[in-house]
Amino acid sequence: MTTPALTDIAQAEQGTSLWQDAWLRLRRNRLAVCGLAVLVCFILIALLTPWIAPYGYAQQNLELGAAPPSAAHWLGTDIFGRDLLTQIMFGGRISLAVGFIATAVALLIGVTWGAIAGYAGGRVDAVMMRLVDILYALPFMIFIVLLMVVFGRNMLLLFLAIGAVEWLTMARIMRAQVQALRQQEFVEAAISLGLSPAAIIRRHLIPNALGPIIVYTTLTIPSVMLLEAFLSFLGLGVQPPQTSWGLLISYGAETLEEYPWLLLYPGLALTLTLFSLNFLGDGLRDALDVRGARD
Amino acid sequence: MRLRALQFLWVLVASLALLACGSGESNVIQGNRDGILHFGNGTEPQGLDPHVVTGIPESHIVHALFEGLTVKNPYTLESEPGVARSWEVSEDGLTIAFHLNPQARWSNGDPMTAQDYVWSWQRALSPAMGNQYAYMLYPVVNAEAFATGKLDDFAAVGVKALNEHTLQVQLNAPTPYFIQLMDHDSTFAVHRPTIEKYGKATDRFTPWTRVENIVGNGPFRLTDWQLNRRITVAKSDTYWDHDRVQLNGIVFYPTENISSEERMFRVGQLHYTQVIPLNKIPVYRAMDNSPYVNAPYLGTYYFLLNINKAPLDDVRVRQALAMAVDRERLNNTVLHGSNVPAYTITPPGTLGYQPPAVFKHDVARARQLLAEAGYPDGKGWPGLELTYNTSESHLKIAVALQQMWKDALNIDVTLANQEWKVYLDSIDQMNFQMARRGWIGDYVDPNNFLDLFLCGGGNNNTGFCDPRYDEMIQRRAPQAKNREERYAIFKDAETLLMEQMPIIPIYTYTSNHLIHPSVQGMPSNLMDSVNFKYVALDKNWKAQE
Amino acid sequence: MWRFVGSRLLQAIPVLLVVITVTFFLVRVAPGGPFASEKAVIPEVKAALEAQYGLNLPLYQQYTAYLGDLSRGDLGPSFKYPGRSVNELIAAGFPVTAELALYALLVALGIGGIAGVVAALRPNTAQDYISMSAAMIGICMPSLLLGPLLILIFGVYLEWLPVSGWGDIPGDKILPSITLGSAYAAYIARLSRAGMLEVMSQDYIRTARAKGLPEWQVVVRHALRGGMIPVVAFLGPAFAGLLSGSFVVETIFQIPGLGRFYVQAAFNRDYTMILGSTVFLAVLIVLFNLLSDIIAAWMNPRLRSQFGEH
Repeated sequence: MTTPALTDIAQAEQGTSLWQDAWLRLRRNRLAVCGLAVLVCFILIALLTPWIAPYGYAQQNLELGAAPPSAAHWLGTDIFGRDLLTQIMFGGRISLAVGFIATAVALLIGVTWGAIAGYAGGRVDAVMMRLVDILYALPFMIFIVLLMVVFGRNMLLLFLAIGAVEWLTMARIMRAQVQALRQQEFVEAAISLGLSPAAIIRRHLIPNALGPIIVYTTLTIPSVMLLEAFLSFLGLGVQPPQTSWGLLISYGAETLEEYPWLLLYPGLALTLTLFSLNFLGDGLRDALDVRGARD
Repeated sequence: MRLRALQFLWVLVASLALLACGSGESNVIQGNRDGILHFGNGTEPQGLDPHVVTGIPESHIVHALFEGLTVKNPYTLESEPGVARSWEVSEDGLTIAFHLNPQARWSNGDPMTAQDYVWSWQRALSPAMGNQYAYMLYPVVNAEAFATGKLDDFAAVGVKALNEHTLQVQLNAPTPYFIQLMDHDSTFAVHRPTIEKYGKATDRFTPWTRVENIVGNGPFRLTDWQLNRRITVAKSDTYWDHDRVQLNGIVFYPTENISSEERMFRVGQLHYTQVIPLNKIPVYRAMDNSPYVNAPYLGTYYFLLNINKAPLDDVRVRQALAMAVDRERLNNTVLHGSNVPAYTITPPGTLGYQPPAVFKHDVARARQLLAEAGYPDGKGWPGLELTYNTSESHLKIAVALQQMWKDALNIDVTLANQEWKVYLDSIDQMNFQMARRGWIGDYVDPNNFLDLFLCGGGNNNTGFCDPRYDEMIQRRAPQAKNREERYAIFKDAETLLMEQMPIIPIYTYTSNHLIHPSVQGMPSNLMDSVNFKYVALDKNWKAQE
Repeated sequence: MWRFVGSRLLQAIPVLLVVITVTFFLVRVAPGGPFASEKAVIPEVKAALEAQYGLNLPLYQQYTAYLGDLSRGDLGPSFKYPGRSVNELIAAGFPVTAELALYALLVALGIGGIAGVVAALRPNTAQDYISMSAAMIGICMPSLLLGPLLILIFGVYLEWLPVSGWGDIPGDKILPSITLGSAYAAYIARLSRAGMLEVMSQDYIRTARAKGLPEWQVVVRHALRGGMIPVVAFLGPAFAGLLSGSFVVETIFQIPGLGRFYVQAAFNRDYTMILGSTVFLAVLIVLFNLLSDIIAAWMNPRLRSQFGEH
């Protein structure tokens, strides 16, 4: 019964082969590859937008107003007569950056925090997790308003503000995983082999808790993109004429009966991103799941 | 076993759906039959104490529960008898005598007396009360001194009960609009025994306005108050003019979300909406027998220019910015023609006052002025930030103007939206370059708009300060012999203001409501004032098939 | 077990104290006080207002006075609604929000849990993809979009359900619960699928299978317990999130809940109301996190031994 767990250790010791194996397995998962392709495509478009966008992002045509898709404007125009495709392309730059960077911040803090708390247990765990409780409870809106007033408006602050709230749940999930894993034989075996706590966390606990973490991360990215819109309403975040998918969707929702295309296409962009992320996430999870793969 | 669970689930869902379908009649149909008006009221009222509340939603309910010495005719806005049966203004315009209607009663049956007013005005003016609209009574002799704590003895304030039914008021200067002010919440009488039963006269937070405690004197009495859900009032039997009250009751809804309000209206949950979302205007306007009502409103939407900060310290830059804005185009496109382009601070036709035409949309002249100021074709432009509070319509205007300035003058204006209280703080501290602002008149008189820009005025917020202007508004206008002379002085003052351009007027507000066709007696007027005494519902109204 | 709960409850005291203290000072340094309004308030009036609420006292005195009141359970008078106490506002709003959050959670667990488990039973098949995609719709559709969409379809066009209200017209609780719950369904679906997959490959499941138990018994009796651990860890904060995050749904559906009061309080700088609801929510968060930790521990056979139960 303990045999597979012990070979785990042996394999995880050679860190690189784990990732190489995973990559091979991932490549065999067609949906995951599709997801990855879509994401790469979106990122490429975002990077190239200033050169390939069909119109200028602030270019208005008030008399045209909101017009449905046409040959001149493939996805239609918004109430200012601005080209929606251009808006979505420029919005994607902001949304993808916010989504990935802020989530990365949250991931880094949350996983480390949760892993340490879960592994250490006892008082360290208590203090660390109570701090998480405190941050959960503070009035987020007031906190954001203050941040903005004190530091002014900038993108870095936006990433930090979002990362700062999103890591909390990540930490709780990670901690629950680590607590469960710590009792397992292969971890006990690793401890008895004399590995340092940091090595155990890095080599055994984090890889084995990856499933829920990847899943939660893929869900965090789209919700972060939407959170950005809320922060923009509070004054932090992007200012017009710049835009983001979250903002486009929020405004689109207001006019969903009159100008449905203003909601449909930005929503589609976000949904595509979300689905791609999820398929990729699932693929990654399966590819990295050492035990599952051996079945 | 699993099959049975599925069956159970199906039955549950089906019965829920049935339950939902049986919801039956809409509020409007039922309300028309029972004489109950369903009124979208914007937000949950802060409270119902006439001397505490400040907002429009509060004012609607307060006007149902209380009545002033005079009321406004909703068709003409002329003052009509309220608690006062009649009134006389002395020859010199300095003394007013109000004769109270002996039939006027509190809702508990107590008679209303002139003494009630003396006591209530003392309460309204007490510094400890913190009444934000105490200034409505400032035309009264010594009222301002008492309200600001410079005078302790209320006996020195110019209001006296000559007898049970006669109230005499002494004014500092002839104040033509004073009679109108008697319809403002802040000048209402409140029931002394009730207030004193629940605390000190000047306490802001006693429970005297609760359903079980409140005593008013208006056409309706409070019957139900459910926080953030609804407030219900019913016709009052003790009201002196109750024969003319046609509604049996009103239900006020705190309809914060304007899209939700519109949907409630569409399915027949409301007779009246507070506003209409901009994007719905074309839809409703296109309807036959449209419930959409749009009328001029006593308010101006404008931008504050901080004249202490470069580049706005140069009057030519301010003028260039103002002239480059194509207000007609803005109104016809983004605003769906719902407002009236404005080139002055006072709305046109404020009781016969016609503001001066100082400037117009003129791109060539704007470019020339900007060049003279040292920024030919926008060269060397140091940048400018426009601050506004978060709101979809402010945003739309700002985005459209940003591009207009770019196209006309080739200058960049950046936008900064701020959360409401942050925005208020920025305005108050003059921590902005250009900022969006709106002013809604408290009473129908140009003075109410022009005195904003007195030197150091609390709502000036631009740094504009001109002794000539102050002289005209504060000294010469009040001493004018007649309306023509007074308006001529106002016109000169406004010309001076618009030449100096500490503000950029954008449009005159309009009131925008959806009103169900079965509602009668709710005409549009400049104050967007509703007098519920006049409102009736058509019992026989039927939807046209 | 009881020692664990006891020590967690003891830990809650410093947590609450820190939350109160930080919030107390946070709101007071935020720009634009409770009395800032569009028409400038004259200084005398402002001073009188501040005196009525004790804002003229030195900050530390305000702080100690607040703690004193709080220890007696008095959250103070609301700034925004004169004549209402914060206790009263919370008492009016909380039951509504709690009910909404509970229904939303049931919706989320119903949709998400079933989708997740069904997907995990046949990973990487059409069954998996379809059920997961269905569960994910909720997350692509923020409440401010899903709410109006559901209202338009079921309220305005089909006229099956009311477009607003809570407990006024039969059926008016259905759409808000679905709107609020569906955002969480995706999380629960993802977490339960991942959790189930994790568990299904574990040795004790294989043992159970080897014993010849039918597959659904293996799932219900053995796998669910372990597979739902990540979901349970998520439920605590999720419920707290539902309570404080119901603002958008409450506004769209005109529901008289705490979420609306709380967010409006922040917008209005209603100091006592912000503090009161923050403290109240903090207590709930601590309790729910504790509860979800207890349940997670109970569900995890290895951790359960810590509590001395078998």
